[in-house]
Amino acid sequence: MAVADPSCRLVVVGASLAGLRAVEAARKAGFEGEIVLIGKEDHLPYDRPPLSKAFLGVADESGVLPEPTYFRTEETLRDELDVDVRLGVAATGLDTVGRTVHLGAETVRYDLLVIATGAHPRLIPGAEGLDGVYPLRTLDDSLAVRAKLEEGARTVVIGAGFIGSEVASTARKRGLDATIIEALPTPLVRATGRDMGAAIASLHEKNGTALRCGAGVASIEGNGKVERVVLDDGTVVEADLVVVGIGVVPSVDWLAGSGLMLDNGIVCDENLWTGVPGVYAAGDVASWVNPTLGQRQRMENWTAAAEQGAAAARNALDPENAKPYGTVPYFWSDWYDVRIQFVGSPEADEVLLVDGDPDEGKRWVALYRRGDRLIGALTVNGQTEIMKYRVMIMKGAGWAEALEFADKRRAAHAEKLAAAGVS
Amino acid sequence: MKCVVDFEKCTGLGICESLAPEFFEVNDDGDLLLLKEDITDAELQEVEEAVAGCPTEALSIER
Repeated sequence: MAVADPSCRLVVVGASLAGLRAVEAARKAGFEGEIVLIGKEDHLPYDRPPLSKAFLGVADESGVLPEPTYFRTEETLRDELDVDVRLGVAATGLDTVGRTVHLGAETVRYDLLVIATGAHPRLIPGAEGLDGVYPLRTLDDSLAVRAKLEEGARTVVIGAGFIGSEVASTARKRGLDATIIEALPTPLVRATGRDMGAAIASLHEKNGTALRCGAGVASIEGNGKVERVVLDDGTVVEADLVVVGIGVVPSVDWLAGSGLMLDNGIVCDENLWTGVPGVYAAGDVASWVNPTLGQRQRMENWTAAAEQGAAAARNALDPENAKPYGTVPYFWSDWYDVRIQFVGSPEADEVLLVDGDPDEGKRWVALYRRGDRLIGALTVNGQTEIMKYRVMIMKGAGWAEALEFADKRRAAHAEKLAAAGVS
Repeated sequence: MKCVVDFEKCTGLGICESLAPEFFEVNDDGDLLLLKEDITDAELQEVEEAVAGCPTEALSIER
């Protein structure tokens, strides 16, 4: 077994959350061989969710802007985890026969490989080189966006997904004008289904953000720096900052010709194994079979990245005892003063509102049915509800059971409100 | 062994509740409640999963 073999070398490509967790899990499992961690960005592994949330916020009373959250110091990585960290270096190729990763002219030999190269944002062609137009994926992106917000930028967000919505929300919190332009008639359909997508999107208008759905972008214009976004119907929206949040593409270009199967990411089995000896994948780049929901998926969320990184490393080190990685997917998003949480899958036969009312309040709970099974749950400011449904989905709970539970929870919540004197 | 929550870091995302519901619950206000502290050997794995699963690294185990 590789764990006990000090001559075995583990290479992890991708130095964000999944890559870091792979390294940590290998050491925790007792792996004594060499570990090389390769990261394209210059930064030590850092936490991405805050980049579109708290990190964009205003300075505190002493004038200090929010600091980035680095997961580990350089010393911890090098000395405690004994990792050879190579930052600012992009992997450019993979030779699965010779077992080497190419970093430009340099090659790095591996015995075991965990690929966690993540995903990169889709961009809008034609806006290259215009100051003030950014995607939001990296720390550098977020710093650039924040600098414009600090200047009081009129903000236009392209794409009403979660990242873009969080940026718009932050701009509004700073008292700035914010407009969201969405190509589809309803936002967030892929993530939460049509009805709930519309319900959540209504939060924008309630909070003073203009939301234009079914609107295509004709051009992003300016002289050196961005000045306006022109829509397909000729509408002009003035802008000092344009954030492009139209989704991401798995970062697999460097794997062309490697022999790995690529189809919306790296195709893996339920153990996160690519089918090529010693090669595993984790995080946003991995398309794997999720046994908990019984479907092939590629996740783009924190929890999956963290857990898959660790699971891929453990399975790489001990393939004979490999364990399938199963999960009930979870993501959250913070807009205005609302926390949106989703567990499970939005691909459902029915979506039922079981508590609250999107039209009236800032709190509601919706359940998702597939066949006779509970397959998903969405809460808006329902922090005390959401994880109870995650547990039910994990256990494969039936729809009837979920509805019965929802009834009890609704009654309990109503009672609590009554006791507190809220009607 | 004891479970420790750093409430400065916790934002009530609740993953811990789904992994170890006997220890953690997020309340109506979105704040985390630590339901019990002491961890038995049988419970260690689930609490370790909760620690690893916390997006704000707010949880730890005091041994």
